[in-house]
Amino acid sequence: MHYLVTHSPALIVALPLLAAFATPLISRAGPRVRNIFNLVVLGMTAFLVAILAVDVHAVGIRVYTFGATLPEMALPGGYTVPVRIMFEVDGMSIFMGIVITTVALAAFTYSLQFLKGQSGQPRFYSLMMLLYVGMMGLAFTGDMFNMFVFLEIASIAGTGLAAYRTRMADAVEGGFKYIVISAVSALMVLFAIGVLYAQYNVLSIAALAHYMDYTMLDMMALGLLAGAFVMKLAGVPLHMWAPDTYTVAPAGTTPMILAASYTSMYALYRVTFTLYGAHIDTRAIGWVVIIVGVLSMFIGVMMAVHQTDIKRMMAYHAISQGGYMLLGVGVGLAVIADPVALANYGRDAINGGIFHIINHVFYKAMLFMTAEAIFFRIGTRDTNKMGGLARNMKWTTAFYAIGALAISGIPPFNGFASKLLIYQAVLRFNPVLSAIAMFVSLVTLASFAKVFYSAFTGPEMPAYREVKEVPRSMIIGMGILAACIIFFGIFPGLVVDTIVAPATEALINQAAYINAVMGAVP
Amino acid sequence: MSVLDYGYAVWAPIVWIVALIVIGAIVLIWRSRGRKDYKKGTTQSDIFLSGIKVPAEEQRHVKADNIYWGFFEALKGFYNVMMKPHTGIVNDYILWFVAVVAITVLILVLAQ
Repeated sequence: MHYLVTHSPALIVALPLLAAFATPLISRAGPRVRNIFNLVVLGMTAFLVAILAVDVHAVGIRVYTFGATLPEMALPGGYTVPVRIMFEVDGMSIFMGIVITTVALAAFTYSLQFLKGQSGQPRFYSLMMLLYVGMMGLAFTGDMFNMFVFLEIASIAGTGLAAYRTRMADAVEGGFKYIVISAVSALMVLFAIGVLYAQYNVLSIAALAHYMDYTMLDMMALGLLAGAFVMKLAGVPLHMWAPDTYTVAPAGTTPMILAASYTSMYALYRVTFTLYGAHIDTRAIGWVVIIVGVLSMFIGVMMAVHQTDIKRMMAYHAISQGGYMLLGVGVGLAVIADPVALANYGRDAINGGIFHIINHVFYKAMLFMTAEAIFFRIGTRDTNKMGGLARNMKWTTAFYAIGALAISGIPPFNGFASKLLIYQAVLRFNPVLSAIAMFVSLVTLASFAKVFYSAFTGPEMPAYREVKEVPRSMIIGMGILAACIIFFGIFPGLVVDTIVAPATEALINQAAYINAVMGAVP
Repeated sequence: MSVLDYGYAVWAPIVWIVALIVIGAIVLIWRSRGRKDYKKGTTQSDIFLSGIKVPAEEQRHVKADNIYWGFFEALKGFYNVMMKPHTGIVNDYILWFVAVVAITVLILVLAQ
């Protein structure tokens, strides 16, 4: 078991990567064999993520150095800087690992029946595995260049998946927009990495943070990194690609691309808190993050309530909910230099922002699945053409209702728990921000009530009299997420204490991240 | 485990669920004391519009476009402004990126 734990950071990325390349070959044995193979690999990876999570929470940061005599040996003999490719898994990294793995399990299960009969499935599952690899690598990486590499892997795989339904022109357009913004973001990240490497001759995040002088060039690099990651996470005003891409991606893919956006949010936090945390004016940068968060919340929800395409509405809500995360963590960043404020409400604000990541990914993924379930049965996403679906699609209706109540922050669901943390903590920082957050929740509820009325309630439409509920694997996929939503809603204290608080501590404690690699190097 | 307690606020979902169960039980008991001679599937459950012929299902159901009409009408100016940047053209998205990066670098320099 010790061997598994020690090598788990590498295995978590290597196993799905091998599966991605093996899938087209395994597919020759038949779709059933391929599906079982993929689920087994994902199950094994989930087990590895679980044991790594237990290890990181019990022992501390886990460093894995590729090619070293011992994986924990960050610095080669006689060196004062790390030179090898490295994974550094702290509380925040493993939190993202848990989020991504849970969504991947639900998405794979959902896709089993959703894609039945469609062509190109071997490529679809290969790309899903590659997207998973990209996200996990981005969450675990300890050096900047691999951050770029895994960002590219996730972006290219995501593009292929978004444009999977090539017979639909808007799917190809959505994929094209995703690759353009992803390519621009990744290249700006690479340029920033080049700027940092040229000055400090190191690529390790811990080493860069240790040697950082915060020159004008470093500020430029930070601007590029922040802009790139804000665009990837669809923060306003760089959000416009998100509705185009999320809407057209097939059901199992949209939650994964959503998770990729929040992995970019993790990368933004890693850069601001860990890489630059000791040098930037945290109050000013915190306020920039807060403003981006408030704009995302408000503009996202006001655009969402106007939509009649069900998936497009949910895509705008994803932008809006991302604003809550930025607001919570932004408040924490703004007060990080003030120990009293940090202890009073700063930590709670960051807890709320991080807790909201996992809550949002669960209920948003489930909501996208319910939207695709409707599309699967009636062939349209236009809510003007829907009505009375609750009669024949009871499970879908129930899951939609749970998701709608969760995203609106209605107790006792998980969305309420994280939003309450954010409201209460942000209230102590600035009451106006808290009021805006509550208003956005109200409009969120209004927009989901609009869709619930127009799609699920009302008289039975003659065109939908023969509509049946979706197949079992799709219900199971949605059910996994619904169970997580209800569990997290009933036991928020357990979730915050077990996985969220360590993630918050990992972000705040820059020194621990640096020391795990650099040790006692002056 | 089930309580979120952070000093200045407490959230206990179990209390909420127990309250929901109690309220739900009261509602069901109250409902059970209603009239029992109601027959579903008869003219008792037909829609009555003062004798006017009941329109077809598609005409009766309020479409999504018509919901919150007053809200959108009142905010027409806001939405006209809001829709303009959402051109759908990817070149415009990259222009926004350039502008945001420039402003961010400016803020970083001024904040120093």
